Amino acid sequence: MLQYVAKRLVLMIPLLLGITLVSFVVIHLAPGKPTDMATMMNPKASLEAKERLEKLYGLDKPLHVQYWNWLKRLAVLDFGRSFSPDREEVLTKIGRRLPITILLNVLSMFLIFVVSIPIGVYSATHQDSLFDRATTVFVFVGFATPTFWLALLLMILFGVNLGWLPISGLKSMDYDQMSLLGQAWDRTAHLIMPVLLSAFGGLAGMSRYMRANMLEVVRQDYITTARAKGLSERAVIYKHALRNALMPVITILGLSVPSLIGGSVIFESIFAIPGMGQLFYASVMSRDYPMVMGGLVIGAVLTLGGNLLADVGYAWADPRVREGRS
Amino acid sequence: MNTAGPYTEFWRRFRKNRLALAGGVVVLALFAVSFLAPWLSPYDPAFIDVKSVLEGPSRAHPFGTDNLGRDVLSRMIWGSRISLKVGFVAVGIATVIGMVLGALAGYYGRWVDAVIMRFVDLMLCFPAFFLILAVIAILEPSIWNIMIVIGVTGWMGVARLIRAEFLTLKSREFVLAARAAGANDGRIIFLHILPNALAPILVSATLGVAGAILTESALSFLGIGVQPPTPSWGNILTEGKDNISIAWWLSLYPGLAILVTVLGYNLLGEGIRDSLDPRLKV
Repeated sequence: MLQYVAKRLVLMIPLLLGITLVSFVVIHLAPGKPTDMATMMNPKASLEAKERLEKLYGLDKPLHVQYWNWLKRLAVLDFGRSFSPDREEVLTKIGRRLPITILLNVLSMFLIFVVSIPIGVYSATHQDSLFDRATTVFVFVGFATPTFWLALLLMILFGVNLGWLPISGLKSMDYDQMSLLGQAWDRTAHLIMPVLLSAFGGLAGMSRYMRANMLEVVRQDYITTARAKGLSERAVIYKHALRNALMPVITILGLSVPSLIGGSVIFESIFAIPGMGQLFYASVMSRDYPMVMGGLVIGAVLTLGGNLLADVGYAWADPRVREGRS
Repeated sequence: MNTAGPYTEFWRRFRKNRLALAGGVVVLALFAVSFLAPWLSPYDPAFIDVKSVLEGPSRAHPFGTDNLGRDVLSRMIWGSRISLKVGFVAVGIATVIGMVLGALAGYYGRWVDAVIMRFVDLMLCFPAFFLILAVIAILEPSIWNIMIVIGVTGWMGVARLIRAEFLTLKSREFVLAARAAGANDGRIIFLHILPNALAPILVSATLGVAGAILTESALSFLGIGVQPPTPSWGNILTEGKDNISIAWWLSLYPGLAILVTVLGYNLLGEGIRDSLDPRLKV
């Protein structure tokens, strides 16, 4: 098992290099420089001042030299400093925001798991029932719903009209004056809508997927065998079928990491949550090269990590995979 | 003997699929609305009326007015043109890139395949939305840039699909026959194999249009897509967010339009897939 993980880790290295190269090229081939912004704001800035700025950021060197320098610093986890006035370390800045984004995504993944698996299993075992048809409709509509729009509607309903849930931030202004219980509820209330909404897209996909898996598995010979030896339908479905139907779900969970991270840009900006997505959006808008590079690289690394976890989980569940048999 | 051709067969199955037909009707309606926008819209979408700012739905303005007193229904009708354009151009770009790279990988195999497919893996590592966001903000937001970037970051699925098709098709007899007759690689790839792989491309393109429309609306909503005053369904929703506590109609209707359009394309795409090959039915 350890050997399998080690092999996967080594295979990740060329991908990581590729990720840095693509991010670097994308951002540097584009017209416009951060110094344009800095000098445009100040009409008195001379050409000389602009050149000085460029030298400061190393933008006057050839592209491949810039890349090599950046890569060297990356090797020691130095992403450089943000171009923003506070000149903070990129990694520090991301490090402060990342836990919030990860928390939100882990919560919504958990929600996807606990809701969609029972739905999928029930739909598959009661194929063409009213429930099955209703979920099929839900899945189709769910796929087509722009989640940021759904967020707006829920904000109008629960936030503005009913006043049940807060619509921005992670805690209220008077958080410090609350009792311990009040603080706990305040935190939870702020999380309900963002988590529900970021789980929404995945819910539709995962229940559909789970249903298809289940339908596939119950047709297998070992299920017929289990039935033939007189097991109860309950044991057949939940012990024999479900376990096998769950296996591919591990992979899908891993593969959904990039879309969850990408989605965090939208949710965090709608709900004003100070996470990684909001930070990335702000950096992109102000052409903060080091921050954007850092964000792209960290985002891709998280995706790789998700894939690795999925592969390891799969190998752990299926001995054929870890021994290299197909 | 009277055997039905593949198209007749396809149409016979497609016609029976009521959901797919409904999807087709929605897509046709979108085309009609975009082309007839100047005649359909009750007002000039850019006409500012300071006397009727943020008015709720009424007989004069069925979907209400925005913060500049412009008629929301008219803006949505003109906004449908954006959705139509984005869907087609972005998916067109993605399909061409994916088709060429997938064909090369599948046909030549070996190191060509290895290089292209590793590049596909690499591109799939990026949270697509991060990549799109970064490129767009750097290139200045505009409808053309959005379409290009959505296309350039969305070809990987098509490439994988085409590669798989080529892997199975390239050793078929008709390809061997073409080669024996002296056809060169380009001719075999584009004239012999590709036409046989068009069905899955059509399906993935139809579903891709739906995805592109959703992405464009999200980008416009974030303010880095189609720029005001040009109306798009996404940027009307931004105004909805800015006036969230006073003007629900700015949020409700444009989103509903996106939902119905995307649903239409999805139903149509799935319908085409099921009718092309009933065995693929999920």
